[in-house]
Amino acid sequence: MIWNEHYECMGREQLAALQGERLRHMVERIYFNVPFYRRRLQETGIEPGDIRTVEDLKKLPFTTKQDLRDNYPFGLFAVPQQDVVRFHASSGTTGKSTVVGYTHNDILMWTEVVARALSMAGVTRNDIIQIAYGYGLFTGGLGVHYGAEKVGASVIPISGGNTRKQLQLMEDFGSTVIACTPSYAAYLGEAIIEEKIDRRKIRLRAGIFGAEPWTEEMRMQIQQILGLKAYDIYGLSEVIGPGVSMECGFQHGMHIFEDHFIPEIISPETGEVLPYGELGELVFTAVTKEALPLLRYRTRDLTRLHVAHCDCGRTLVRMEKCVGRSDDMLIIRGVNVFPSQVESVLLDMSETRPHYLLVVDREHNLDTLEVQVEVEDQFFSDEVKELEELRGRISASLASTLGLHATIRLVEPGSIERSMGKAQRVVDKRNRN
Amino acid sequence: MIIRQLSVFLENRTGRLTELTGILEEHDINISSFSIADTTDFGILRMIVGKPELAERVLREKGFSVKITDVLCMIVPHKPGGLHRALQILSDNGIAVDYMYAFATGDGLANVVIRTDSLPKTIEVLQLHKMELMQAGDIYQI
Repeated sequence: MIWNEHYECMGREQLAALQGERLRHMVERIYFNVPFYRRRLQETGIEPGDIRTVEDLKKLPFTTKQDLRDNYPFGLFAVPQQDVVRFHASSGTTGKSTVVGYTHNDILMWTEVVARALSMAGVTRNDIIQIAYGYGLFTGGLGVHYGAEKVGASVIPISGGNTRKQLQLMEDFGSTVIACTPSYAAYLGEAIIEEKIDRRKIRLRAGIFGAEPWTEEMRMQIQQILGLKAYDIYGLSEVIGPGVSMECGFQHGMHIFEDHFIPEIISPETGEVLPYGELGELVFTAVTKEALPLLRYRTRDLTRLHVAHCDCGRTLVRMEKCVGRSDDMLIIRGVNVFPSQVESVLLDMSETRPHYLLVVDREHNLDTLEVQVEVEDQFFSDEVKELEELRGRISASLASTLGLHATIRLVEPGSIERSMGKAQRVVDKRNRN
Repeated sequence: MIIRQLSVFLENRTGRLTELTGILEEHDINISSFSIADTTDFGILRMIVGKPELAERVLREKGFSVKITDVLCMIVPHKPGGLHRALQILSDNGIAVDYMYAFATGDGLANVVIRTDSLPKTIEVLQLHKMELMQAGDIYQI
């Protein structure tokens, strides 16, 4: 189902014209309302009048996460506090948290894009949606919430955690859709088995999973254990929150709602714009945002964009699942490693579970990588040689994918801490020493 | 004749084995015999207990990875050459031993728990040579 055919199926030229017009207005707004941007534009020698079409976007300066931190909390806001109706903030695990704000119109726009996203997964008023993303400063819960109400679904605003309650309501209310992080979805699947819940009582048919990188292998595993179709949703609070892009039923990339968020792929090193199909850093310009309209915001997510025809009828560009966030990338002995690569390898082997932990350390000035892997009960062998053989296979498979030797440590099922929100996949001890 | 042995995957973590023995005590389960195979990271505890099904269930409920493996228990004379004779029979018949461990009951006999690549064949050749195998019911009651 297409929620807003006018914008989602617009001709590419017509869309470019619309983006150009919106960009022009946005640049005017930030030039006059955000001192930071006025200075930046003046330094680059650009005046609002120089921006006429969407092609002019590449002349404009980038915005980075550091800019948000430097202007903490409200320095990049383009409206006075009186017009802000809501704040969200990042968890701030690395330094100061980043604060984002929304006007009433921003909330309406966000509601609209989430309604479009949910419609891609076929969510309608006939659905009961269990929102197990955290509610609060994190954008996940409330972001999905408003869009879900907009499409008329019955919302269970349960928030994250409290697994027993999640399962009970899932069973008693007959939830048909669940929205949460993929790692929590995998955990719920395990819990259903452990609690011996009658699978016939679980009516889930679709999952709206996002907020952390995950792999195709993880998708297969979640689909199998929960018996639903798993959809990937993408977003980041700096741009809006969940609903920047979403997969349609054909599942070959996430359609970006380009009438609101103009995407670009750039070379992370040079900042040069790359053509469609090339791998690079994803950059967004939120042209319709009022409270916090960020110009060419560098997401640090690495992906590719595709404009080829999609059978769903939408003309919106599609982004591939992110290879990883450049922040998540580990450099181990000079080799770039993404946790998602490790996940792919592990889930390709049926013996292991989608729970793993990468421990990076430094011994004698040499980086070490230890991958902790849980061994599935039914594959546990009581012969050392078979477990050693399993360990050897994982190690060989990782070495050929990563180009790096990792120590594999087999651990007991359930011993790696389960996350109710975004999973913690990496412990890097190098900086602590 | 076939004995149900419990195998448990254990991480090398202080106190993990103690947790396990605590659970067995709580459920009044006695251990007849056991051995631990250890590597750098993990160990495999193999044990024969009084109530294998109950032990399997309660350990699993507590989050242990448990597996029931079939093994045999040979009864050999507790004197030089007792074990050798039994092993000679097995190797003469091309049977490979995966692992074994032993315990004595103080009656001039030694008991050897053994897992081979083929239990039916092992039973067959040992019986042919009049070697005694312990009954499952007997070992659970030790």
